[in-house]
Amino acid sequence: MRFSRLALALGFSLAASAANAALDTSPLPPKKPGWSFDGPLDMYDRASLQRGFQVYKEVCSTCHSLNRVAFAALSSDNGGYGFFTGPQAKAIAAGYKVPADPNDKGETTDEKGQPLMRPGITADHFPPPFPNEQAARASNAGALPPDLSVIVKARAGGPDYVYSILTGFHQKPPAGFTVLPNKYYNPYFNGWNISMPPPLAPNQVTFSDGTKATVDQMAHDVVTFLSWAAEPTMEDRKRIGFGVMLFLLAFAGILYLSYRRIWADIH
Amino acid sequence: MAGHSTYVPKTRFAKWLDSRLPILRLANDTMTTFPTPRNLNVWYSFGGILTFMLGIQIVTGIVLAMHYVPSADKAFDSVENIMRDVNYGWLLRYLHSNGASFFFLAVYLHIFRGLYYGSYKAPREILWIIGVLIYVLMIATAFLGYTLPWGQMSFWAATVITNLFSSIDQVLPGAGTHITQWLWGGFAVGDPTLNRFFSLHYLLPFVIAGLVVLHIWALHVPGNNNPLGIDVKGPQDTVPFHPYYTVKDAFYLCLFVILYAIVVFYLPNSLVEPDNYVPANPLVTPPEIVPEWYLLPFYAMLRSIPQKLFGVIVLFGALAVLVFVPWLDTSRVRSMRFRPLAKQFFWALVVDCLLLGYLGAHRPDAVFPGTGIPMLPFARLGTAYYYAYFLLILPLLGIFETPKPLPATIATSVTGHGVEQVNAPAE
Repeated sequence: MRFSRLALALGFSLAASAANAALDTSPLPPKKPGWSFDGPLDMYDRASLQRGFQVYKEVCSTCHSLNRVAFAALSSDNGGYGFFTGPQAKAIAAGYKVPADPNDKGETTDEKGQPLMRPGITADHFPPPFPNEQAARASNAGALPPDLSVIVKARAGGPDYVYSILTGFHQKPPAGFTVLPNKYYNPYFNGWNISMPPPLAPNQVTFSDGTKATVDQMAHDVVTFLSWAAEPTMEDRKRIGFGVMLFLLAFAGILYLSYRRIWADIH
Repeated sequence: MAGHSTYVPKTRFAKWLDSRLPILRLANDTMTTFPTPRNLNVWYSFGGILTFMLGIQIVTGIVLAMHYVPSADKAFDSVENIMRDVNYGWLLRYLHSNGASFFFLAVYLHIFRGLYYGSYKAPREILWIIGVLIYVLMIATAFLGYTLPWGQMSFWAATVITNLFSSIDQVLPGAGTHITQWLWGGFAVGDPTLNRFFSLHYLLPFVIAGLVVLHIWALHVPGNNNPLGIDVKGPQDTVPFHPYYTVKDAFYLCLFVILYAIVVFYLPNSLVEPDNYVPANPLVTPPEIVPEWYLLPFYAMLRSIPQKLFGVIVLFGALAVLVFVPWLDTSRVRSMRFRPLAKQFFWALVVDCLLLGYLGAHRPDAVFPGTGIPMLPFARLGTAYYYAYFLLILPLLGIFETPKPLPATIATSVTGHGVEQVNAPAE
């Protein structure tokens, strides 16, 4: 069964590589829309992070896990790196169901045979949309939606690349290019055939701050959120780095003057 | 220099200690009064910088090891846990991962400094060989450390490098496979491999630290070489190490740390492959398996040779040849300031290593972008020149090159008075 599917996939890709052999299907260079966190002193845009989280929650999370991010990370209380208050983070966690421990009788399922669940707490991580890799592939025509926790760091081009993928659909493939079954044309993806269907459509989410939910806006916000998810400590890094640089430059100046003074009687 | 001790214990305790364990005398003689040539330039500050970097790597590494889990299932997540939940874990990890790069940057400048000023020549052969051993252990340690985050590059680098040993099969059928499986602790890179790599990654830095002590000891017997490459003739040629070189080294160390801090705080992932943020997957080979930048020249050499065993021999030979440099260079003049031909071949070697580094980052069948010129012939030429520099050029130049006249003393050259200028330009 598994082998036949593999053979099928191999057959398709061989056919495609034969059909697309004449074309250079290396990815286009990513677009550079500019980010709130680009510069050495720049931080994440709070409002964009909140909107981006909403896009992840309502759109991406149906297929993509965020395994390495805990709900607690969403909170900015007690010096946290998040962009919600502690009670907000708690409420978000409680909105998710996570597997519960065995009950007092040692049962792990309820009377209907369903696994026991409980509401999430902030110590929990985001629960994955699929119980395992096989289930994820079965629901996605054989493709595995990658975990998004560090996706921005895991792709060359970082946020620009992820943004370009999200906004790179709905273009007309060049003549002679074959879009494979269950694949979509996206020239920013290596090989141009991507398994992910176009995830964003205009007004797919309703932002509570009144921002118009264009594809571009949603992509921009969710990539900001995913950049935060990949490195929530970036703001601390830049803040501490600024102090470190000031200290080192001043210290280098003092050392240089000492050096000149001590060596003055030699030369 | 050896036996120059001028230490006079002042307090009663210092006298008592000095006749039992003269550790204060050692510290005084090696770090304070040690007579050091007065003409050492910026390139001589990398010894101190390297000691500092070794210290940074050991201290950050020990704390990281308190949080890291060397298990195929948990390694990647434990690194992410360090980045997210350990207090200042992101700082420790970025200091450590980028620290390796800056450690190598410093060691390359240090090695090329030694090659340029002939610091490997008598009486400093042992000093040089200990240095080569430290460098080889640094490579081993860095490679082992690269595997620990258990990302895609970690896993596949471990697979590629351990597989080098399977090339022994070509001369001793079965032996290479046996050695490789013994290294893995199984039939593929996996949990046992990661565990032993972690263990060795923790061990080797302390071996390096021990060799550094020997390296400094071997330095303090003949004393520093210097940019003129001539021997110290008397006290007018030297200054005490402290405060003259403590302050000079501290200044250059501070400049080096500024560069290091810029990368750690503002470009912390600029030197790693994005693929290493993808968890290791034995079923998916990355399109391109590359080592960190500091090993790319050797990788280019390996991949430029079509025959696997020969490629491995060329790779390890490139390191082994360094051991013999003190005897391969037949010139009696140390510093290339006075060797007009050798100097040009030296700079060609620097360019050669940079070129090999560039080629090592590309597939052997790649072409130079925008030109269609294949890279492979250049990788082979670069490899050939690397070997030729040590095995042909250095031995022959000593015979055929006419060096420029040497200055009589360091003091003459530096102050321009005291003794007549020997190397004054001819009228």
